[in-house]
Amino acid sequence: MSLSEFLYMGGYGLYVWGSFGVTALFMIMEPILVHRRRRAVLQRVSRIVRMKEVER
Amino acid sequence: MNSRLINWFKFSSPATYYPLAGRLVPLFSVIALVLIGVGLYMSFFIAPTDYKQGEGYRIIFVHVPAAWMSMFIYVVMAVWSGLGLVFNTRLSAMMAKALAPTGAMFAFLALWTGAFWGKPMWGAWWVWDARLTSELILLFLYIGFIALQGAIDDPRRADRAGAILALVGVVNIPIIYFSVKWWNTLHQGASVSITKGSSMGQVMLWTMLIMTLGFWAYSIAVSLARVRSIILERERDTTWVSELPEVRG
Repeated sequence: MSLSEFLYMGGYGLYVWGSFGVTALFMIMEPILVHRRRRAVLQRVSRIVRMKEVER
Repeated sequence: MNSRLINWFKFSSPATYYPLAGRLVPLFSVIALVLIGVGLYMSFFIAPTDYKQGEGYRIIFVHVPAAWMSMFIYVVMAVWSGLGLVFNTRLSAMMAKALAPTGAMFAFLALWTGAFWGKPMWGAWWVWDARLTSELILLFLYIGFIALQGAIDDPRRADRAGAILALVGVVNIPIIYFSVKWWNTLHQGASVSITKGSSMGQVMLWTMLIMTLGFWAYSIAVSLARVRSIILERERDTTWVSELPEVRG
C-alpha cells in the first residue's frame, strides 16, 4: 500500500482524516493548555505566598 | 479495627489528594499513550475494510470512544457533584469542575466525527435525529455547567449551583443511550449491547475497546492534572500550599 493510497482511504480521505485529525488536534492541545494553566497558577500562587511572608 | 478498610474521607482532603493526583497523572498518561498508539495502529493497519462502508467506517474508532467518554464523564461529574452536595466536601466540586472541559471536548468530538461520518454515509452533515440532538444537548449541558460556575463569584455557591445543574442534566444520559431504540432514528442502533453482545467483527470490536480505554486513561490524566491547578488556586491561603516545593521554588 502506497502513502497516497493510504491517504486516499478508498475515497473517504477527507472524512477519515477530518475526524482523526481534529480529534488528534484537540487531544494534543488540551494537555498543553492544562500544563500552561498549571504554570500560570503556580506563578500566581507563589507570588501571593511570597508577598504574605514579606508582610509578616 | 480492620486495617484493610480505607478511609476514603482522607482522600477527600485537597492536601492529600493533590500529591496523589500528581503521582497518578504520569501513570495514566503512559497508559493513554500506549493504548491510543496501539489503537491507532489497529485502526488503520489491522482492522479490515468494511464490506459496506469501505474505509469510511474507520471513523468509528474515534467516534464511538469519544461519544462514550462524553456520556461517561458526565455521569462521573454528576456523581462527584452529588457527593459534594451530600457530604459538603470541597474536593468533589473541584473534581466536577476539572472534568467538565474534557467532557465538553469529547461531546464536541463525538458530534464532529459524527458529522464527518454522516456526510459520506447519509449525505448530510447534520440531521435533527434523536441521537444527534440529545448529544448536542449534552454539549450544551457541559457548556452551561462551565458558564454557570464561571458566572458566580462565591466558589461555594458556584459549586452548589453547578452540582444541581449537573444532577438535573443527568436525565439526558439514558435519553442519549436509548434514543436509537425509543425513536426511529437515522443513526444506527447500538453495535455493542450489554444484553445482546456485539454485532461487529472481533478485530473491530477490540480496536474500539482499546481506543476507548485509551481515551478513558487520557481523561483521568487530564482531569487530575487540571484539578491540581484548581486545588492550588482555591487553597492558596492554606499552610500546606505555601509549604509546597513547587510553590516555594
